[in-house]
Amino acid sequence: MALTTSDVARLGALARIRLTEAELQQLAPQLEVILQAVATVSQAVGPDTPATSHAVPLRNVFRADEVEPSLPTQAVLAAAPSVEDGRFRVPRILGEEA
Amino acid sequence: MSEILQESAAQLGARLTAGELSSVELTTACLDQIERVDPRVRAFLYVDAERALSSAAGVDQRRAAGAELGPLAGVPLAMKDIFTMTGAPTTCGSRILEGWIPPYNSTITQRVLDAGIVVLGKTNMDEFAMGSSTENSGFFATHNPWDNDRIPGGSGGGSAAALASFEAPLALGTDTGGSIRQPASVTGTVGVKPTYGTTSRYGVVAMASSLDTPGPCAREVGDAALLHQVMAGWDRRDSTSINAAMPDVVAAAQAADVRGMKIAVVRELGGEGYQPGVQQRFAEALEVLSELGAVITEVSCPSFDYALGAYYLIMPSEVSSNLARFDAMRYGLRLGDDGVNSVEDVMNLTRGSGFGAEAKRRIILGTYALSAGYYDAYYGSAQKVRTLITRDFEAAFTQADVLVSPTTPTTAFRLGERVDDPLAMYKADLCTIPSNLAGNCAMSVPSGLSPDDGLPTGFQIMAPALADDRLYRVGAALEAALKDRWGQPLLQGLASSDAGSYLVSEGER
Repeated sequence: MALTTSDVARLGALARIRLTEAELQQLAPQLEVILQAVATVSQAVGPDTPATSHAVPLRNVFRADEVEPSLPTQAVLAAAPSVEDGRFRVPRILGEEA
Repeated sequence: MSEILQESAAQLGARLTAGELSSVELTTACLDQIERVDPRVRAFLYVDAERALSSAAGVDQRRAAGAELGPLAGVPLAMKDIFTMTGAPTTCGSRILEGWIPPYNSTITQRVLDAGIVVLGKTNMDEFAMGSSTENSGFFATHNPWDNDRIPGGSGGGSAAALASFEAPLALGTDTGGSIRQPASVTGTVGVKPTYGTTSRYGVVAMASSLDTPGPCAREVGDAALLHQVMAGWDRRDSTSINAAMPDVVAAAQAADVRGMKIAVVRELGGEGYQPGVQQRFAEALEVLSELGAVITEVSCPSFDYALGAYYLIMPSEVSSNLARFDAMRYGLRLGDDGVNSVEDVMNLTRGSGFGAEAKRRIILGTYALSAGYYDAYYGSAQKVRTLITRDFEAAFTQADVLVSPTTPTTAFRLGERVDDPLAMYKADLCTIPSNLAGNCAMSVPSGLSPDDGLPTGFQIMAPALADDRLYRVGAALEAALKDRWGQPLLQGLASSDAGSYLVSEGER
């Protein structure tokens, strides 16, 4: 199953990355080669092999619910691309005209 | 080059403690070396001389006032640009974070600063730690100090190159698939991937959270142990941090005793595709360890053949999720915010322009591996392989105290050589990936220069989880024996050779 440029464009849209036509042309065959190489993993395992998501056994970790100072608003907003009235300013989020 | 630049961090720490040397003097020497050789090596993305000198002066004052300081207080360090530190930019090698000044310190940054270690600046890396050459840096490539036309390894090539060019005696790295060990191998330095969960990920820009492991980089095994001790420890801010007693790695490095230890070669990590000179130095190192009283055996870990495949599914899957945070809203780059474009348009444009080719490749790959219809065949199978690899390690560690292999199949390749062939680039991590998937600890220590090209080769030692001391025991023993054989440390050989003459100022040649 070959990965087409339109498949890659769809994946780019899912990942919120605008890819140029040149990038699509380059990525499709590269990803195909990589996928063929990694697909061997399915040969190594059977239906009964348990999956490991994490190297060390994970359990939920709770800490005491204590009030602590948070980062200063100014320090956080200083790194923001756009600020308005002491808040992050973001582009319109709805599909229709603002 | 000032003589103090070739000394170990341990020696420097002792001289600082004895008052024979000041941290300002030492830091100045490092900064001078950076100014002289970094235009050529390009290890650093950012150097703050003023800040480094002022923290050095602070350590000198505290020491003069009689304060009890740690063994590395006043010793300079090069920090991989993946650790957040206030007052300095953190880019993680990416244009999407260019100019970002983090509002907090990573736990490890804080531990390093609390130990009185002087941070010289931030080192270059492949973008978001994705690569084996630093060529994926959004800014520039770093050059191998042994041969400036070759790669310094990656992703932590900047940290390794800073050590090998005597710009700093200590450095910080992170290892997700080999990003500490492979650069160490190709630059003739030492790099350690501690047991997963023993070094905090808090404030370390995330690549693949189930694999990312901060660790120490140094020119000598004993120095790595001292830095390891500063870095390791439980952190309540990291939910995967292990709250367990750490073995004494400093004592293990000092003991440097392998008598009676069982050392097993992993059959699957060698043979076809491995450079003959790399294999030769590996075999010689085994002879040395045998002469020192270790018992050398062989084990088979058949599922390691599938480690690269499993890694290139699990890691991109985690990458595609982790890098979703770069959404152009709260920090970092924002493009196309013209009052007309929607938030989605702005994300698409920013991420399309701000991420480099490899980051995009891995995000797309991960998005694919996690998508409906492919999940079981790809991500699901990869997670099962992870179980098999862990079982192979467990079985092997019933037969041996440590496992060994070459760190990477070849010496440093030429800049540009593998840029257009991602799969060839990925193979640089063939031997290092299994330990990331299983979470155990591993070290790369120099094993010499390959006779076919005169470039450094690395010897990898792998130990069970929480047995990091064994790495230091074996690494330090091998290092000491090889140093006797060579008559000097490997890197001193570079400094006195024609290839390394640029590292030494004219008056000293």
